[in-house]
Amino acid sequence: MEETLEFRLSGSGGQGLILAGVILAEAAIREGKNAVQAQSYGPEARGGASKAEVIISEGEIDYPKVVLPDVVLAMSQDAADKYAVRVKKGGLLIIDNTYVKNIPATSARVYALPISRLAREKVGKEMVANIVALGILAGLTGAVSRRTLEEAVLSRIPRGTESLNLKALELGFEMARTFTVKVPA
Amino acid sequence: MMSDVVEMARLMQGNEAVVEGALAAGVRFYAGYPITPSTEIAELMAERLPALGGKFIQMEDEIASMAAVIGASLAGVKALTATSGPGFSLKQENIGFAAMAEIPCVIVNVQRWGPSTGIPTAPAQGDVMQARWGTHGDHPVIVLCPASVREAYLLAIRAVNLSEKYRVPVILLMDEVIGHMRERVVLPRAKEVEVIERKKPSVEPKDYYPYRPGDDGVPPMASFGEGYRYHVTGLVHDEKGNPTTDPQVAESLLLRLHRKIYDHLDDVVSVEGYQLEDAEVTVVAYGAAARSAKRAVKEARAAGIKAGLLRPVTIWPFPEKEVAELAGRVRHIIVAEMNLGQLKGEVERAVRGRVGVSGVNRVNGELITFEEILSAIREVALDAQSG
Repeated sequence: MEETLEFRLSGSGGQGLILAGVILAEAAIREGKNAVQAQSYGPEARGGASKAEVIISEGEIDYPKVVLPDVVLAMSQDAADKYAVRVKKGGLLIIDNTYVKNIPATSARVYALPISRLAREKVGKEMVANIVALGILAGLTGAVSRRTLEEAVLSRIPRGTESLNLKALELGFEMARTFTVKVPA
Repeated sequence: MMSDVVEMARLMQGNEAVVEGALAAGVRFYAGYPITPSTEIAELMAERLPALGGKFIQMEDEIASMAAVIGASLAGVKALTATSGPGFSLKQENIGFAAMAEIPCVIVNVQRWGPSTGIPTAPAQGDVMQARWGTHGDHPVIVLCPASVREAYLLAIRAVNLSEKYRVPVILLMDEVIGHMRERVVLPRAKEVEVIERKKPSVEPKDYYPYRPGDDGVPPMASFGEGYRYHVTGLVHDEKGNPTTDPQVAESLLLRLHRKIYDHLDDVVSVEGYQLEDAEVTVVAYGAAARSAKRAVKEARAAGIKAGLLRPVTIWPFPEKEVAELAGRVRHIIVAEMNLGQLKGEVERAVRGRVGVSGVNRVNGELITFEEILSAIREVALDAQSG
């Protein structure tokens, strides 16, 4: 099969993970790749478990669900508990340690970062933690380029929030460069 | 080279594609009662229709929504509604009325786990038989089943076209996976989309027989408000539209309702084959399950097993000829579906015992996996080796 990358973005409802998944898929398409984004959510609009899956491939994507992700983002303790063990060996587990206090055992490379806290402190709104996370994810994996990710963000966010979101994305890339704390598996 | 596609690829959701397809086909009326996992269709219709001079109405319930769609169509406007299982149940009575009174309309059912309210956000394919037989009486119906976002767009157009052409309710039977997933699509230009309009009467109002068919079995349809006065009823009616209990009239009406669809199976029924040429084991799957099946077939091929896929795009009328034809050349058929074997029964009926048929079924509210289909393919291949 052609090269395929699977992403699982998980956390709580209201953290904007489905939007993050949509933006990631949008960026991949802007780079001429195939992408599929699927989601699942609990019954509550906010606060329940939320999960967005993205598959990016050079080839045709038949099965639209993630089988064993290359990259997992966990933005809540529940999500970390549930998905940390299901990452490809040598894959990436990106943890928001604002909310995840106990990192489960995993065979993935772990990056524990204060995503929500820094979104709040440095951008001024925790709401953009999802965009910060996207910057980290792209910065660490190179799955999509910064330029297309910026375009994708701008095409999918409400008017008037452009500079806020670009600032969040910038913070994410910066965190990927400098803030990474590697935790032994 | 002529190209019918716009170069630009887009990330689009299945439900969104239904809306764009319906609008491209000329739908200008939507009445509905939003329900997960079809809600995005209502949301987008509410946004798009007024800008196109169309009408969107959020009704008090699903029964009224279906009635409003019928009324709009009688007034000459292409009309569509969308729902999921619980709402689809409520619409059945009026779907039967549309079948009987021959009123073009499209009903989208984005299937979720049932019965009853089940799991609103979980996919299933449990409404296959309901789509065919949900309303009472021996009625004809057309049901189309997309397996991708692009196909959701194309089949929304085709659903509208077929309903206009044959004056029949057409059901676009989706599932939560196809409705909610987003994927890369490249769509045909709107102006290159074939749009079919219903046949209108060419006679004066005084000479108009609203239920006198043309050679194709379909009567020309006058819009209300154009000066053609006629009676529309769910009772058995004569060519004038007036109620009767005459056995001869009743019989010829019912037979014509069937004939207008079953005489045109080449136009109505379509399937997609993948790797069927030399396939020894063939999977039959539709909708989201066909995505899993296609990957299973690819992986089986990579492992040296001659597997193929037959995907019914039209599930009703059932592609009997296409499935029967498989029986002559494959060793075994596996029907993969997210119910306990609703279409499998039809496959068995079509092949009449000439080839083995087994099912892979998943009813836990999750997409059927390619692994379970692949392992069924492997079992069949092993049996063949040892047998």
